[in-house]
Amino acid sequence: MAESSAPLRVPVEGTALPMLGKSDVKPTWCPGCGDFSVVAAIEMAVKRLKIPSSNVVIVSGIGCSSNLPHFLSSYGFHGIHGRSLPVAEGIRWANHDLTVLATGGDGDGFGIGVGHFVHTMRRNVDMTYVTMDNQIYGLTTGQASPTSMMGHKTKSTPTGVIENPLDPLALALACGATYVARGFSGDVKHMVDLVANAIQHKGFAFVDALSPCVTYNKINTFDWFRQRVYKLEASGHDPTDLTQAWVRALEWGDKIPIGLFYKTDKPTYEDLEEVLAAGPLAKQPAGLKGRESLLDEFL
Amino acid sequence: MSEISVRAGGAAGDGIASVGETLSRSFARMGLHGFGLNAYQSVIRGGHVWFQARASDRKVHSQGDACDVLYAMDRQTVDIHLPSISPGGTVVYDPEKFAVPDSELPAGVRALPVPTLAIARKFTPQSILQNAAGMGATAFVAGIPLATVQQVLTESFGRKKGDIVDWNIGASGEGYRHAEQHASVNDHAVKPGGPPKLLMTGNQAIGLGAAAAGLKFLAQYPMTPATGIMTWLAAHSRELGIVVKQAEDELAAVHMAIGASFGGVRAMTATSGGGFSLMVEALGMAGMCEVPLVVVDSQRSGPSTGLPTKTEQGDLNLMLGAGQGEFPRAILAPSNPGEAFHTMLKAFQLAEDWQTPVLVASDLHLSENLMTVDRDEISLDVEVPSLYTVEPNGHEYRRYQYTDSGVSPRALPGQPGLMHIAGSDEHDERGHLISDTRSGVPLWVSERTKMMNKRMRKLSGLLGATSAPGLEGASPSEITFVAWGSTVGAVRDAMALLGERGVPSNLLRMETVYPVHGAEIVDAISNAKRTLLVEGNFSGQLAHLLRAETGVVLPHRFLKYDGEPFYPMEIVGKAMEVVNG
Repeated sequence: MAESSAPLRVPVEGTALPMLGKSDVKPTWCPGCGDFSVVAAIEMAVKRLKIPSSNVVIVSGIGCSSNLPHFLSSYGFHGIHGRSLPVAEGIRWANHDLTVLATGGDGDGFGIGVGHFVHTMRRNVDMTYVTMDNQIYGLTTGQASPTSMMGHKTKSTPTGVIENPLDPLALALACGATYVARGFSGDVKHMVDLVANAIQHKGFAFVDALSPCVTYNKINTFDWFRQRVYKLEASGHDPTDLTQAWVRALEWGDKIPIGLFYKTDKPTYEDLEEVLAAGPLAKQPAGLKGRESLLDEFL
Repeated sequence: MSEISVRAGGAAGDGIASVGETLSRSFARMGLHGFGLNAYQSVIRGGHVWFQARASDRKVHSQGDACDVLYAMDRQTVDIHLPSISPGGTVVYDPEKFAVPDSELPAGVRALPVPTLAIARKFTPQSILQNAAGMGATAFVAGIPLATVQQVLTESFGRKKGDIVDWNIGASGEGYRHAEQHASVNDHAVKPGGPPKLLMTGNQAIGLGAAAAGLKFLAQYPMTPATGIMTWLAAHSRELGIVVKQAEDELAAVHMAIGASFGGVRAMTATSGGGFSLMVEALGMAGMCEVPLVVVDSQRSGPSTGLPTKTEQGDLNLMLGAGQGEFPRAILAPSNPGEAFHTMLKAFQLAEDWQTPVLVASDLHLSENLMTVDRDEISLDVEVPSLYTVEPNGHEYRRYQYTDSGVSPRALPGQPGLMHIAGSDEHDERGHLISDTRSGVPLWVSERTKMMNKRMRKLSGLLGATSAPGLEGASPSEITFVAWGSTVGAVRDAMALLGERGVPSNLLRMETVYPVHGAEIVDAISNAKRTLLVEGNFSGQLAHLLRAETGVVLPHRFLKYDGEPFYPMEIVGKAMEVVNG
């Protein structure tokens, strides 16, 4: 995509700080798990943008995919189930020099954590959220997730799911996310572009990665997706057109679009929070020394 | 010693709180010690609300018992509060609204009819100024100079100018002069003395103390009675460089605060019991990830929604046990605004030094009521050191390194060479989880024990870093009170009253509720002639804690869970029962 040659947001030319790489912890995912593609895409995207690993914080919740921060050499916060986004927001507001990513699964983000997903998007916090969406609860060995399709028989729904699946892309458009994309673990190169552009995007960037669970989801498999996905970039989609984005976001069946659905530029929360105009909070002075006049209001 | 109490009552929307606050602030301007109780309900209009402004030439610690002047804006106020008027007292009311026949008045109590509506109509056809007229009359009877009350009134309008300010000044002046012509100043009126005192709520003191401690980030969700912490800090956000975030819920609030703390700033959240219940899981995460965190729980009557505008001390068990598993924590309990300021300095210091959650227990009575603070009780000249304390030293950086104190070097994101993972799963010294392929394997079984021991070692550090409960009052004494939080205020006033009755008493006050300073507590209790636990809950939660931790038994308990604060005289009554066996 054209944007990958845009100016870097964190210019570090000439510095000797280490770039992002793998940590010495080996991923514990099942062989063939879609999440391997996502961790590779994040690593390559950050490397492409030349952001030093010490400036990157990856925040996650709980689930197979939420183990991701352990596998990279950046700062990481592996918190509790469904709460990656408010932790990530707090980190961003404490130090907006940092590049903040949140990662996790569909249960973490669209089930227990969906309230935070909605509100983080409407705030347009300048961060990137990558979900590894496998439409199943894997770590608890195979229960229905918020994105499991109607009729999907799982351990918790032996006669099939009888709820409509949540559409993360449509929800993101409705809540005001300013960068909305979908990747597929069967196409890492494409996902690297999507994630790199998401990190460079000024505002809340959401990438829903279709990341098949090879152990517990026997319906939405790599093959199932390969037969259905097509790239928006190759089909005349205009990502600046919200109406077109809505039509594509609702498309799920014989054809499933991947790529950039929508992108727009709006002031971020950090732009609008006046206190942050003086620089990252962590580097501002603190305390009330010399402000004794503050007590006058209590007289 | 002399003291006077003024009570004003009416319906929500009558402006009772502003009358009470103006009177309280006027007393503070006169250099008097004071307490302002704002009793209200969970309604915006109607119902019954009242305010008691107490002032004295010596330190007072509660709203007191009786009132000397009652300003009744409706008939209901007369019915409810007439029994509380002391002999020689005055009822201020408007005969155009309702009658107060002399036959109803207790012996020695006078009625002062004031045409508040008629005075109000001179300025504007609406009745909004009646409370200013009534307040003026009340101020005269209470012995407050007109210039003082009018100056406070003017300043309370802030930058507002024009008719509304002039009208209020005019109406209060007419009310004052009417009283001057038709009544005399109450015998209990106190002469001005000393420099003006600060007057603040517990919530304001908590906000101020946090800011002085170096707070840079507050995330909170509105919930009575903690909301005032957020609104005070929000009003000063830009001036003080503190980000104030109203979160979507308490789950988000506490996680944002944890994120901000991990990110490199001093952060906190505040709530009441309902919101605190939602924060429980995150509290354990802060303990496990060893992130400094300050949480204020301003308690109100529970369980569940309970009595949202009424006080209680029912959350102690919750604060002690919040979170699955075990992790170190401290619970601090200030008893008044002046102490609350210093408690917040302490809370941030402890959280930062011991990298663990510190809970500050407030309650509605402390959070929302006004109390005077001597100007020299509070200093904003507090050193706030940098949080960037760790540098790469050529060795592998281990965020959760085993240490004797249990505290490991804390690097902050953005620092080169010190990258690490903060993990809510059990982890090794570098933060990598030992919960999956390593769990149950002998080497890592022992690592788990070592890591748990490392964290829990902080408890003995916290014990050393917190103040042991102290005894205050008479020695020797006939009775030793045991109390924590805002209840301490009424106990202190009760001790003064007992002293006047020739019954010396003292108080074991639990400024640090947890960790429990067992040795000092056992020492104090075993040397007491008699004890009386005074606590605002049903089951005596503090007594349970002390018995569990020290074996100390407190057989006499004055427990209250009706939503109302403790009154000094009822404590005196219970104490006399215990003393007289």
